Amino acid sequence: MRAGDLISTDSTASLRLRGDDADLNFAWQVLADVPDPEVPAVSVVDLGIVRSVTWCDDRLYVQVTPTYSGCPATEFIEEMIREALQAAGFVNPQLTQKLDPAWTTDWITAEGREKLRAFGIAPPTGSASKRSLLGESGEVHCPHCDSSNTRQLSEFGSTACKALYRCDDCLEPFDYFKCI
Amino acid sequence: MKKYDELTEFLLRMGDSALVQGQRLCEWCGRAPALEEEMALMNVGLDLVGQARNWLDYAAQRINDGRDADMLAFRRDERDYRNLLLVEQPNGDFAVTMSKQFLYDAWQFHLLEALTESADQQVAAIAAKSLKEVIYHLRRSSEWVERLGDGTEESHQRMAAAIDTLWRFTFEFQETDAVVDSLSESGIIPDAGALKQQWQQTVAKVFTDATLSVPEDARSFYLSGREGMHTEHLGILLAEMQFLQRAYPDASW
Ligand SMILES: [Zn+2]
Repeated sequence: MRAGDLISTDSTASLRLRGDDADLNFAWQVLADVPDPEVPAVSVVDLGIVRSVTWCDDRLYVQVTPTYSGCPATEFIEEMIREALQAAGFVNPQLTQKLDPAWTTDWITAEGREKLRAFGIAPPTGSASKRSLLGESGEVHCPHCDSSNTRQLSEFGSTACKALYRCDDCLEPFDYFKCI
Repeated sequence: MKKYDELTEFLLRMGDSALVQGQRLCEWCGRAPALEEEMALMNVGLDLVGQARNWLDYAAQRINDGRDADMLAFRRDERDYRNLLLVEQPNGDFAVTMSKQFLYDAWQFHLLEALTESADQQVAAIAAKSLKEVIYHLRRSSEWVERLGDGTEESHQRMAAAIDTLWRFTFEFQETDAVVDSLSESGIIPDAGALKQQWQQTVAKVFTDATLSVPEDARSFYLSGREGMHTEHLGILLAEMQFLQRAYPDASW
């Protein structure tokens, strides 16, 4: 495809988009295919970091919230979202970062949790109440054999959002998506 | 040192302390005693650098002279940094690193918890976000203080020596000044006296569990991080952290 084709395709698509419910649903569908760069099994929608999608003055507005303050993927995720929306015909989508309310693992969808498990990462257990923040989290099940005979090896895993666990039945180490 | 309005001064204090503590933790990269520790130290460091960015973003917005958070981090001199003296101290051995982390975490925890109720909405939002992370940090550093303090004879001695080295800098957790007084009066930050008490209780509990003795209140001396009067260690830290931006201003990749 030549550059000229791309531009004309984009402008046709943008003419089609008026920001009605169908277009907003379409935007959500596009976002549902944008993977988290560090856990590509789940999308940014599965993670619950897309907070809102709205239309104003012929432009799409998307609010995104970071998982952790220092998550190095934050800018990268925003870039991926922008590219995906532009490729789908949304001209110049406006992305804003929303800090409040702070992201919680409670926002990970049921489908997202299933995908995490299938990917080999134990999804967060329980809700992000203060008790679980203070270390009284529920049983963590091994994503490989479902045993609850597991223990924590390290508070932190390969990324800030995960802790390192080990299953004492199948002996496999695994990442646990921390509950925050 | 250039002075700003009270809220901006406070935002710089929060941001600079988180940034310097985060930078110190990252000095452990490739040197930690175990792989799991390395990941933990880097992750805590990363959280703190992220928190620093949130505070400095807000500060930059208020200063409104064209500088962003990066410019504040990389182009200010030592005299313009307002971080706590504690966090700029060298890492020393693992006992010094973990006691420093613990003293700072305990202070952050109580301060951020109170700041979630701040009269300033953006301060409350940044605090709520940071608090979730700091709860994890405090849990981890408390466990290390207890494990090392109540561990072997050598680990106990090293912890006692570490606390002896660092304790003198904790006077900054207790001191008030015009910025603190004015902001706490308007409900933006908590009352300094109540905060001091909570911090002392948490420290005393963990030290007691760790069989370490709790020193008397530290007395203030002629240096003051928030006035830009630092120990000799901050300049060296900044020289390394700011090198690239100083040598190649506005570099991009
Ligand atoms: Zn298993």
